[in-house]
Amino acid sequence: MSNILEANDISVQFGGLLAVNNVNFNIPKKSIVSLIGPNGAGKTTFFNVLTGLYKPSAGNIVYDGRDITDLAPHKIAEIGIARTFQNIRLFGLMTAQENLLVAMHSHLKSGITATILRTSKQRKEEREAEERAQEILDFAGVGKWTYEFARNLSYGDQRRLEVARALALNPKVLLLDEPTAGMNPQESQIFIDFVRKLIAERDVSVMLIEHDMKVVMSVSQRVTVLDQGEKIAEGSPDEIKSNPRVIEAYLGKPKGSK
Amino acid sequence: MAKTIAPNNVAKSNRKWITGYSIIGLLLFITYQFLLPWEGLPLGIYDAIYRWMPPSAINESLVYIIMALGLNIVVGYAGLLDLGYVAFWAIGGYCAGWFMSEFFYFLNINFLGSVPAEAPGIHINFWMVLLIGGFVCAVFGILIGAPTLRLKSDYLALVTLGFGEIIPQVFFNGENFFGYNISNGTKGIVGVDSIPVGVKNLGPFDFGWKLLIFLLLTAVMVFISLRLRRGRLGRAWLAIREDELAASMMGVPLMRTKLSAYAVGAFAGGLGGVAFATHVNGVYAERFNFTISIFLLAMVVLGGMGNVWGVILGAFILSWVNGNGLTAFGQLYNEQFGTEIDFASFTFLLFGLVLIFMMLFKREGLLPESRLKLMLHEDELDQIDASSKSGDK
Ligand SMILES: Nc1ncnc2c1ncn2[C@@H]1O[C@H](COP(=O)(O)OP(=O)(O)OP(=O)(O)O)[C@@H](O)[C@H]1O
Ligand SMILES: [Mg+2]
Repeated sequence: MSNILEANDISVQFGGLLAVNNVNFNIPKKSIVSLIGPNGAGKTTFFNVLTGLYKPSAGNIVYDGRDITDLAPHKIAEIGIARTFQNIRLFGLMTAQENLLVAMHSHLKSGITATILRTSKQRKEEREAEERAQEILDFAGVGKWTYEFARNLSYGDQRRLEVARALALNPKVLLLDEPTAGMNPQESQIFIDFVRKLIAERDVSVMLIEHDMKVVMSVSQRVTVLDQGEKIAEGSPDEIKSNPRVIEAYLGKPKGSK
Repeated sequence: MAKTIAPNNVAKSNRKWITGYSIIGLLLFITYQFLLPWEGLPLGIYDAIYRWMPPSAINESLVYIIMALGLNIVVGYAGLLDLGYVAFWAIGGYCAGWFMSEFFYFLNINFLGSVPAEAPGIHINFWMVLLIGGFVCAVFGILIGAPTLRLKSDYLALVTLGFGEIIPQVFFNGENFFGYNISNGTKGIVGVDSIPVGVKNLGPFDFGWKLLIFLLLTAVMVFISLRLRRGRLGRAWLAIREDELAASMMGVPLMRTKLSAYAVGAFAGGLGGVAFATHVNGVYAERFNFTISIFLLAMVVLGGMGNVWGVILGAFILSWVNGNGLTAFGQLYNEQFGTEIDFASFTFLLFGLVLIFMMLFKREGLLPESRLKLMLHEDELDQIDASSKSGDK
């Protein structure tokens, strides 16, 4: 099977509002795919469905050959779907290292007694987890902030730390919700390079929600366009750029026309 | 600009406090066990100690400290509001009443108890009853937690409030609990077994030695708190306190993690309950009322949520004021000025005022956890940040 994740006929209803309408979406292994669309199109809602936060009113999600539609959010995270948030949601009053260790929670085993007694097994586990956390922090370029409270980091570093935290889950699918929002062009470029490096070095696929067309077009292998909850187009960046429906629904608007 | 140093509370070693704690504990023990009964002690000092901090009062505040440390795990670490913590105190107390007295006079069970084998009732060794009380409370913690922890925090607070009312009421009317007498009702269970410590058995008036035991229990709670806090579970509690949704998206099972906070907190409640029963030599239903829950919560908040040392300080101060300090002060005041003011009746007025002032001027408590301080003084910190930045140029 070449798709790590397949979402079939997903619909999400909020009262009278159909936020996502019958959307099919798959993520091939080791790829970068993007989801774009105007504000309120349902992109974040779609992420929330994939991560189990909302249950779809119709449709199912298959991850790595397994139906995960009814799985609890923490289970979905544990088996390898990690995400970042549109508005950064780090654990602000925990250190960068602790943020990553929290994400490793489901992969660590020490229970209450082992922690109180500090068994050699528990100490070893903690030490290894800390080392791994440091590796990931270094990889994400925030290695010097290990013991700093997350909230004290600069905006760009917080974005990177959030990705690092997601990576600490050892995910096969990484969902990034507008990761370059608020970054300047240089920072965005650094971020793009980082995502490319990620795909090259790790067994992970990235799904990107992004408003910055430059980022989307340069990094994605495939772009999907959502408008008012409906998928209106899907294809290579070039195809999307010249798709008349997309131009009408999205690129034609002043906001996306840069 | 931010610096890369390990913040307090995060990388601090567990070992350092043990020395300091032992020294203070030993001094207290020597004072109460040897100095106080010593003939050569000047009468002035003797009177002062008995007026301001008699042996029974210091032991009672230690019981409060143990309880407050347990509540701190639920409220301070995991950020769950619990308004019914007194229920665990009661359950722990009745565990002592059931398993360490002649209450079940028709039975004759003796397991390493401190009374002769032929004595009627259940007599289990104090140290085991401590564990039993702790675990029974932990189970109850899970039982009420499981159906309620899904609720949003306000509703959770209400449910715990109800629980804290129901359990003591059950014991209060426990003379006929579906046909069984489980508590002697308002008469209470009078007399629990003494504490066996090898060389002797500690009865109700062995204050000095029991002080040592309560100090030990407190140390155990501090130790458990600090260790858990630094480990996998403690991090998950903090993460839930910080951002529940993000925590669940990072693979932290919310229910299990919250339940474990409840269970560990309740366990401490059980320890405190058993300890209290041996302290007052009995179990009396009317003592477990709602004000205790609020009182404990006030201790945690006053001292500094999430920081064990702050909680100990808060619990010590409040239980002292409540138990002895205010009365002693009132006596002194009335003697000096020839008035007849009943100071003890102002206890709750004073607490109310203290809490209001704390919330206005020192919200993070007396000895706050560094993280919380940071959160509550966000604005000021930002200002300092800004001024230091402009100063850089
Ligand atoms: N929990 C919710 N309850 C009700 N309505 C919601 C909820 N979450 C999202 N919506 C609505 O669903 C629609 C899609 O929202 P969503 O956040 O998915 O948009 P988006 O594509 O991420 O937009 P943006 O680019 O602004 O982030 C919006 O109309 C929003 O108001
Ligand atoms: Mg969005």
